[in-house]
Amino acid sequence: MTTPSTPSSGRRLGRTTTRRAAEAVVRAIIYLCGWMAIIILGAIAVFLMWNSLRAVQEAGLVTMLTGTAWYPTSSPGKFGMLPLILGSLFVTGVALAVCVPVGVAAAVFISEFSGRLVKEVMKSIIEFMAAVPSVVYGLIGVAVLIPFVRQFFGLDTGMTALTGGIVLGIMSIPTVISISEDALHAVPAELRQGSAALGNTRWQTTFKVTIPAASSGIFAAVMLGLGRAIGETMAVLMLTGNAAVMPTSIFESVRTMTGTIAAEMGEVVQGGLHYSVLFAVGLVLFTITFAINLAADLVLERQRKRWRR
Amino acid sequence: MVTPVLVSGDGTLVYNGGPVSATVPAVRDEAIDTTGDARGSFSLAGVSVAYGKDLVIEGVDMHIPPQAVTALIGPSGCGKSTLLRCLNRMNDELGNVHIGGTITLDGQSIMGKAMDPVELRMRVGQVFQRPNPFPMSIYDNVAYGPRTQGVRRRGELDGLVEESLKGAALWEEVKKSLKKHAFELSGGQQQRLCIARALATKPEVILMDEPASALDPISTQQIEDTIAELKSSVTIVIVTHNMQQAARISDRTAFMLRESLEEPAHLVEIGDTKKMFTNPDDERTESYITGRFG
Repeated sequence: MTTPSTPSSGRRLGRTTTRRAAEAVVRAIIYLCGWMAIIILGAIAVFLMWNSLRAVQEAGLVTMLTGTAWYPTSSPGKFGMLPLILGSLFVTGVALAVCVPVGVAAAVFISEFSGRLVKEVMKSIIEFMAAVPSVVYGLIGVAVLIPFVRQFFGLDTGMTALTGGIVLGIMSIPTVISISEDALHAVPAELRQGSAALGNTRWQTTFKVTIPAASSGIFAAVMLGLGRAIGETMAVLMLTGNAAVMPTSIFESVRTMTGTIAAEMGEVVQGGLHYSVLFAVGLVLFTITFAINLAADLVLERQRKRWRR
Repeated sequence: MVTPVLVSGDGTLVYNGGPVSATVPAVRDEAIDTTGDARGSFSLAGVSVAYGKDLVIEGVDMHIPPQAVTALIGPSGCGKSTLLRCLNRMNDELGNVHIGGTITLDGQSIMGKAMDPVELRMRVGQVFQRPNPFPMSIYDNVAYGPRTQGVRRRGELDGLVEESLKGAALWEEVKKSLKKHAFELSGGQQQRLCIARALATKPEVILMDEPASALDPISTQQIEDTIAELKSSVTIVIVTHNMQQAARISDRTAFMLRESLEEPAHLVEIGDTKKMFTNPDDERTESYITGRFG
């Protein structure tokens, strides 16, 4: 652009250098922001690993992952995480059983069978549903669901994996609906028309063409809902009874991984073994959610490629 | 701008107080009385179409003979595709579309409650502008329609798939790879797959909405050859922008025109393709065909 060949262009040369420098700074900042997500993610992983090092050394990774007794304050402490992992799985399983059918059915209704007005209203309400703080869901669960579960199933306590799972499921519904709806919406209208033109009713078209065509997106929606459910803390802390014992059914009190960290972190000695073990629990949780999100992402990417013709 | 249109109780369009078909001089279609025994002939009388309150097509009288190719031509926005979609009630899918007049298929009305659109579409197939194979295998694409109709037996399905793919001149290219995903085919192959898919339900009529406009010349040629083969067994109604194509493949040609945005489109002339392209009755037809507008 500027070729400084004469002495009179000295000022312009100076300005160009400043501009180049400014550009380099801006570029560096933007690059840094772009890489920030990856840096933070990596830092979290390293931080968790670093802090759980003592737990791995003293309690042993395999012992922790397979141990069935969680008595962190006895002496010596027992740090079997299996009750916590199973607790999380039980609660998440119930949550999935609630949010997948309801969420996918609602997405099908919104995408395929509702008018434009209903669609817009429903989508706004669902966004709002996602914005309700989890402690509010927990409160409603305490007030309504705990007594209901106790009476309906004739249990000693209403604070069970089932109770927590139902509320978690309801909390995950917005995620499942909005991602599934996006996937259904992305199915080209020509496919629906092609099916209708072959003498299929709207239901037949939905089940035979639209849902299969959107299946990987719906799968990703379920995975993201799962990620939301497994990582949720507050509602499960309020609703599951927090008994860190090996659960045998969903009608028992359980303690989840997230609940354990939140409940015990305030009582531990910083840098102590128990402290380190809680980080190890966090690391397990991080690994599980990371794997789920990664799987969902890979599936979505495959869907995107498939539509690129 | 907005033409006042009312839909009266029996489904006919009423326009400025009278039935729509009464307000325009009908274009006479001499072939209108030639209904024979062959299946797959349409008769349209005073057909008008309104999107909401906007009248877009007015007073079309037309006969579509069986086992022949009828081409609908005209400039963009003249209602060719809309009229085509009346023939298998695909306008119903768009919502807020009102159709007046009468359309009969083999003497039977296909309007309103007189015909179930789902049943109609099994008899009147459609091939779209862009190939739209379903995201499944070649075999499953072709077997899709028959399965809807309740065909479950493997042998019967296999037979239908082979017959339909042969009908669409695709069999030789795909017979060894029926399990392959339909998206792996080229654009032209995909469009012939869509023709095969439409053939598999044994329709009387196949509607084609610019079926070759998204394809290269060689694929276009193959589609045209396929159409020539097919017309001995099914009626074909084709919308095309390409006048050479209409002249090459059709037996009859209908020319539609919307003279201004203030008025609805109407049928200018319909007749044997040869006559339409060499000695049309209407000078607007001649101007359009010779490329003076449109």
